Amino acid sequence: MALSQADVLAGIKEIVEEVAGIPAAKIELDKNFTDDLEVDSLSMVEVVVACEERFGVKIPDEKVTELATVGDAVNFIVNAAA
Amino acid sequence: MTKVISTKTGTESQILAVGSYRPKRLVPNSEIVDRIDSSDEWIQQRTGIETRRFAGSDETVLDMATWAAEAALKKAKLTISDIDTIIVATITFPFQAPSAATAILQRLGHPKAAAFDVNAACAGFSYGVAMAHDFIKAGTSKHVLVIGAEKISDFTDPNDRATAFIFADGAGAVVIGPSRDAGIGPVEWGSDADSRDAILMNPSWVDIRDNETQLTKAGGKWPNISQEGQKVFRWAVFSMSKAALSALKSAGLTVNDLDAFIPHQANIRIIETMAKEMDMPDSVIIADDIRTNGNTSAASIPLAMDALLDKHPELHGKLALLIGYGAGLVYAGQVVRLPEKP
Repeated sequence: MALSQADVLAGIKEIVEEVAGIPAAKIELDKNFTDDLEVDSLSMVEVVVACEERFGVKIPDEKVTELATVGDAVNFIVNAAA
Repeated sequence: MTKVISTKTGTESQILAVGSYRPKRLVPNSEIVDRIDSSDEWIQQRTGIETRRFAGSDETVLDMATWAAEAALKKAKLTISDIDTIIVATITFPFQAPSAATAILQRLGHPKAAAFDVNAACAGFSYGVAMAHDFIKAGTSKHVLVIGAEKISDFTDPNDRATAFIFADGAGAVVIGPSRDAGIGPVEWGSDADSRDAILMNPSWVDIRDNETQLTKAGGKWPNISQEGQKVFRWAVFSMSKAALSALKSAGLTVNDLDAFIPHQANIRIIETMAKEMDMPDSVIIADDIRTNGNTSAASIPLAMDALLDKHPELHGKLALLIGYGAGLVYAGQVVRLPEKP
């Protein structure tokens, strides 16, 4: 199933807000999970698993560290679902 | 016609008593942080650990295991000569052979019982409880001593930023004996052996002896523990909450029937996220021994059980869900009725 970038971004905003308590308004494509949003490595795992469930994609452990920004995650998910 | 083989049939089983030994030296995060360029706040936020205990040279794996066993036997009002099988779960007994189990029997003055060690890392105690139950049900044992004992500080690199603040030392023991009603539910156990590398102690002793290039991550010639935090976190939270729910289902129960949840004390974030994934009601008391005593691998569940019963005496005789998980990766979980008040 093809997913739009906007749909995935909206989903990630909800997930990051739910998992890490960060207001959705602060979550933009260029934001770095660690430095800008202060999502730590364990919360990042929760975000990844929630994304897998919501978008029906697999995000392997070794990929998680490569997802530095929200945009990286959106692109990975859009491509994985394509 | 050949003759048939006779077999035995036993009874249901229950945990009669739990005992523990905690090393004397309490180590705050402030003693750990300088060598790993970290902070008290960072460690607490990611693990919940405020302090842990490190055993001294007068507190070996055998010492701690023996003292925990003595405490459990005393509470059960039994002596070592009542024990017909002893199971010791450990990955830090520093002798290849013979087992820690036989050494403990010898120290306790009853060198007769069936005795062996279990290598199932942080799941070792739950493996031991499962086997003790099965032996009693099969009629091959009546009273089984299950001990989890670890001195992981001997196998931890104090400069390793991934493990130095997590692991700790201690021992816990339970006496399991016959009962009329089921006091231990069916075990839900298994492995994810493709993830053997996620937590390990390497290189091998043979490599250490023969191969100068086979050094540990930190460059030392010693099989210190290493761990891939994110990988283990994902497996622990999302696969282990499912395994724990299966153990409940096998016992014909739901989270609403539970009084306590005593998972392996690996990390408070794992414990809390697991409870959330399982929709654990607020009425269930969740063990959090990790905060003050760190991750003691095979010893963590009996240590947490003993601490919980001290803090909440009303839990004696009530239902608890145990789940151990660790290097292998391996896991085992079961529902138990906590021991009655001694």
